[in-house]
Amino acid sequence: MRVIVNQIPRDLNADTSLTELLEAIEATPPFAVAVNWNFVPKNEHDTLILKENDEIEVISPVTGG
Amino acid sequence: MTAPLPLQTQDPLILYGDVFESRLLLGTSRYPSPQVLENAIQMAKPAMITASLRRQGSAATEANSGFWDLLKKMAVPVLPNTAGCHSPKEVIVTAQMAREVFATDWIKLELIGDDYTLQPDTQRLVQTAEQLIREGFKVLPYCTEDLILCQRLVDVGCQAVMPWAAPIGTGQGPLNPYAMKLLRERLKVPLLVDAGLGLPSHACTVMEWGYDAVLLNTAVALAQDPIQMAHAFANAVDAGRKAYLSGAMPAQQSAQASTPLVGTPFWHQE
Repeated sequence: MRVIVNQIPRDLNADTSLTELLEAIEATPPFAVAVNWNFVPKNEHDTLILKENDEIEVISPVTGG
Repeated sequence: MTAPLPLQTQDPLILYGDVFESRLLLGTSRYPSPQVLENAIQMAKPAMITASLRRQGSAATEANSGFWDLLKKMAVPVLPNTAGCHSPKEVIVTAQMAREVFATDWIKLELIGDDYTLQPDTQRLVQTAEQLIREGFKVLPYCTEDLILCQRLVDVGCQAVMPWAAPIGTGQGPLNPYAMKLLRERLKVPLLVDAGLGLPSHACTVMEWGYDAVLLNTAVALAQDPIQMAHAFANAVDAGRKAYLSGAMPAQQSAQASTPLVGTPFWHQE
């Protein structure tokens, strides 16, 4: 199945969890995640199973004003 | 988050019940280097420093690879922002993610209405603030100097508001003194000037008007010597606050000699 991670398409096996995706893209802590415009707390990453066309945002701290 | 050390001041800044020694909040972007940023923060001793969130793997996060370590090292309370958000939904989700990453309920609410002027979307700012307040955030909303907008933000639960002095990054200083002074006159919550300051004298001026703090970034980061400029701003904020508390003399229309005229040498009746 295909998902979009930070606006980049990515092919995944069916029933991939969010944690497995984050491992696959080598997401580096600290980060936070939203799926389809909804924030997903860290404690739900293991149990959230991704679906076709899910849009995932993985964001990290940067400088800001 | 409160100051980690015992307070040295008898006039602390109090926001949402948290107590801060400094009345200067400092942004962290646009500095020439991480080292200059670190030194500027050490010099300014701000109450909070702002930070943001961007997509991992983007140019922004790649360029900021050491920023997280710097934040932990500085141990200054962090105020995450929702910079770049154009919709209430973007703001809410970004704030939720920021709360998890930075482990704080503080949020600088930025809801941008125009990409050129970077002015806030005043039409949807209040509803967005209200939702953040309901979700337990300590909201510092970036807003304009409009009295009604600021009052509505207070009405929905904001315990402080942050009107701009001028558009972000312009360094022009207060463009609408009348409206900003009116805000101070009418609102009882802490007022923090956020955006548009360029000189320490600007910061001093708004503090003299009775504003409670200032938040600035570009004025320090783009100075030729950001570290000295950070120091200058810290001094200016302190000077303005002391001037306000001291009760300045009223401006006079006509000259009044400060040296007594009686006994002036060589004076004689004509």
